Amino acid sequence: MCQIIEMKYVLLLIAVWSTIEGNAQTKISGKYTDNRNKPLGGASISIKDSYDGTTTDSLGNFSFVTSETGEHVIEATLSGYASYSKNIKLEGKDIELSIAVKELITELKAVVITAGAFEAGDAKKATVLNSIDIVTTASAEGDITGALKTLPGTQQVGETGGLFVRGGSATESKIFIDGNLVNNFFYSSVPGIASRGRFNPFLFKGTVFSSGGYSALYGQALSSALILESTDLPERSSANIAVSVLSIGGGVQKLSKNKKFSWGLTYDYVDLVLGFKVIKQRQDYFNYPKDHQVDGNFRIKTKSGFIKYYGYANWNKVGFRTMDIDSFKLKDAFSLYNINTYQNLNWKEKLGHNWKLNAGLSFSTNKDDISLELQDDQHKKVTFADPYNPYNLKNAGIINKAYYAQARFYLEKKLGAINMIRFGADQFYSNEATDYTAFNNRTYRQVIKENLSAGFAEADVYLTNNIAAKIGARAEYSSILAKWNAAPRLSLAYKFRDNSQASFAYGIFYQRPETNILPSISNNLLYARATHYILQYQRTSNKRTFRTEIFYKQYNNLYKTRSNAFGNAAALNNNGSGFAKGIEFFWRDKKTLKNIDYWISYSYLDTKRDYLNYPNAIQPNFAAKHTSSLVVKKFVLPWKLGINASYTYASGRPYYQFVPVQGENNAAIKDHGRTIDYNALGFSLNYLPNLGKQKAKAFTVFVLSVSNVFGQKNIFSYNYGTIVDHKIPVVPPSKRFVYIGCFISYGIDQTENAINNNL
Amino acid sequence: MKKAFLLLAMIAVGNSLFAQSEKYTAAMKKNIALLDSAVKNNSMADLANSFTRIADAEKTQWLPYYYAAYCTVMSAYLSEDNSKKDAIADKAEELITKAETLAGAANSETHVIRSMIASAHMMVDPQTRWQQYGMQSSGEIAKAKEMDPTNPRPVYLEGQAKFYTPEQFGGGKAPAKELFEKALGMFESFKPKTELDPAWGKAGTDYFLEQCK
Repeated sequence: MCQIIEMKYVLLLIAVWSTIEGNAQTKISGKYTDNRNKPLGGASISIKDSYDGTTTDSLGNFSFVTSETGEHVIEATLSGYASYSKNIKLEGKDIELSIAVKELITELKAVVITAGAFEAGDAKKATVLNSIDIVTTASAEGDITGALKTLPGTQQVGETGGLFVRGGSATESKIFIDGNLVNNFFYSSVPGIASRGRFNPFLFKGTVFSSGGYSALYGQALSSALILESTDLPERSSANIAVSVLSIGGGVQKLSKNKKFSWGLTYDYVDLVLGFKVIKQRQDYFNYPKDHQVDGNFRIKTKSGFIKYYGYANWNKVGFRTMDIDSFKLKDAFSLYNINTYQNLNWKEKLGHNWKLNAGLSFSTNKDDISLELQDDQHKKVTFADPYNPYNLKNAGIINKAYYAQARFYLEKKLGAINMIRFGADQFYSNEATDYTAFNNRTYRQVIKENLSAGFAEADVYLTNNIAAKIGARAEYSSILAKWNAAPRLSLAYKFRDNSQASFAYGIFYQRPETNILPSISNNLLYARATHYILQYQRTSNKRTFRTEIFYKQYNNLYKTRSNAFGNAAALNNNGSGFAKGIEFFWRDKKTLKNIDYWISYSYLDTKRDYLNYPNAIQPNFAAKHTSSLVVKKFVLPWKLGINASYTYASGRPYYQFVPVQGENNAAIKDHGRTIDYNALGFSLNYLPNLGKQKAKAFTVFVLSVSNVFGQKNIFSYNYGTIVDHKIPVVPPSKRFVYIGCFISYGIDQTENAINNNL
Repeated sequence: MKKAFLLLAMIAVGNSLFAQSEKYTAAMKKNIALLDSAVKNNSMADLANSFTRIADAEKTQWLPYYYAAYCTVMSAYLSEDNSKKDAIADKAEELITKAETLAGAANSETHVIRSMIASAHMMVDPQTRWQQYGMQSSGEIAKAKEMDPTNPRPVYLEGQAKFYTPEQFGGGKAPAKELFEKALGMFESFKPKTELDPAWGKAGTDYFLEQCK
């Protein structure tokens, strides 16, 4: 009986206890905002260690009821914002909370410093161009710099290779692969023909093209830096074959089973004989351009980093005759044999505690064997007994041998969310020897050796997600000048509420004299200097980009030259100067026209400079006032066909006849003029017949490209005779050029197998 | 009386333990029941928060994190703003990693979520990201199938991938339909381990089969 009573008592107690637990409810409501009072939706509000909570609505409001009682912690979380927690007492009374949180600075939200730079890559952040864009730009003809020439800031110089940026000469642009300088990025120059870049665009996953105001990590370029980042491990092993009317080649890429190591080897042979026989060239070739290229790579994934090696070797030959400018019967025969090698080893490793190491070594060699010969109509060498006959100077032999080495490292530390500091050093060594054989077989040798040391430091500072600064400095010591320099760099970026952004860049850039004006006549030369000021506005919305930049570049201490004992121009002093200013626009739109992607760029450039033997400050012959490009791309899926076109316009460029003046260092301008405007329409088709075929063993791409479709007449400049006073236009080697090629790639492993093997 | 209090104490503790697991099951069931409707009224992010609260409170269960990851990646799919997808997908990855840690190892279902996360990244810029994330997504599907050949969800995802791939690339409605039909058959026979284990995907398969007609 007693037990029954007890039992009842217990049951009653349980019942009472249960109801108490079930009845005490507290309503929690409030508003969740950022610290500028902007309501934030989608935040999770919860009572710690309970299931109770809710999500804020688009006005930041929340309200929920909890049956928990006593001391608890209320938490509020939203990604991108600081977390919030507060102790509360739940006792059935309504709780009203107003929660204000600080926005966190995160990589995804933060403003990107873009002044002066065009970034192309597959990185997470929206970029203006991606790597596919580079290879599908019609006028690029598979050359990286060809695609860059459709962006604002670049010139359409067709008579010589290289990048001419914002009034700067080609030597003011430097190109870097994985941080290491590439000395012979372009094929050796050939008179009157623009030489292409040596490197295949598919080697690179990212490209940063800076038309000014670039980072303190790089130096010795007054105008521009092109920074290329090589690809990582391939997705799978593959082999490929490329056949075109001009070349044949093939290669393999092998990825190890654990996906931590890969190697690759490629060979290409280019012979332009067929192309040049069908498409008439201005030059009369006795050695059609031939080119053998071998490149190899390996990539190793380390514990928390990467080691990459890329090596390249190339042998090429060309020889042609052109009409000698100073006679109407004789010809100039030019021949070049070039051997170039390039090795680049790079190591990136995370060291812990947010430190990261970047180290690189590069070594390259270049040999040019050039012969210049004056020939008669029987192609026999013409010499004159009179040693003072000026025509004798048209016979010569030049052998350039160069060795370059670079060692580089920098350390990077992340501070806080995304702030960074980095610092490091660079050491460059170069040895450039020239053996010159004159018409009378006398030889002259000149060797220019240089050690250039550099140290740099840079900080990325984010004050909020909307304001960022990059502050840097670089110091260099050149053994040729035996002087130090110190170059400050600064970039700022501000993001507006509508996500458009404004950026500003400032920097001082130094460059030592080019080898061709060395050894100098003076022993007290300074660095040539450029100061950049760039203001940019950019607006990127879904599939559309608009950007505009105004810039001012001041040149000081440019090198003036004087003829040395051998009649070559040599650096004399730093009395040269100049400026470049302008405005540029870029518009890219993938949205308005269905399935059509196009971009338009326009550059206005006002520049004058006094350097080398110029008599005064003049607009240089490599600078046009107006340059504009339109690039259009369309992929027609049902036809498996990519159709690409690009139109380029540049206003006429000035040309000058410089004549030496007795007793003066500077030349006089005897004649000058302006070329006709430049116009060219490029067109290309990519046909992918195996696209989407599931069991296809090979993936094939056919390419047809036509340069200057309408055969518009273009004159790049004029050459003047040195003996006979007349000029002839410098025109493209052919009116138009047609290229037909076929690229086949095989996946060695079937994708399925590759995946199964790696489970 | 002493005995009675002891009994009372024992009942109270037992009651509370029982209530706790009952509460967990009830809360999970309630949320799981909302999965299909949350797709329609675009409340996947809210549901993800709800699952995360359960997960954070429970501390030892992998399923709430698994569902939180699933809801998060679905909210990335449903988000119309491409610029936000990467951040949401990163969040989903964080959650599925927690689920895997609590589960002890990756399983067929977590590979399904990882495949969806890769696809979400790919959707931001398919042209340039296909190479990286497309491969990753199909790789995760292959792993999911390998670890549980009876799981219909990887087959359903494969169907979805085919559905959104243009015909010229070997996709389209016809090959997608085959896969959806196969998945539907597998859904019929698939028995989740417990009533809380993943069982979603049939409604989606029905929807896509309708679209394939």
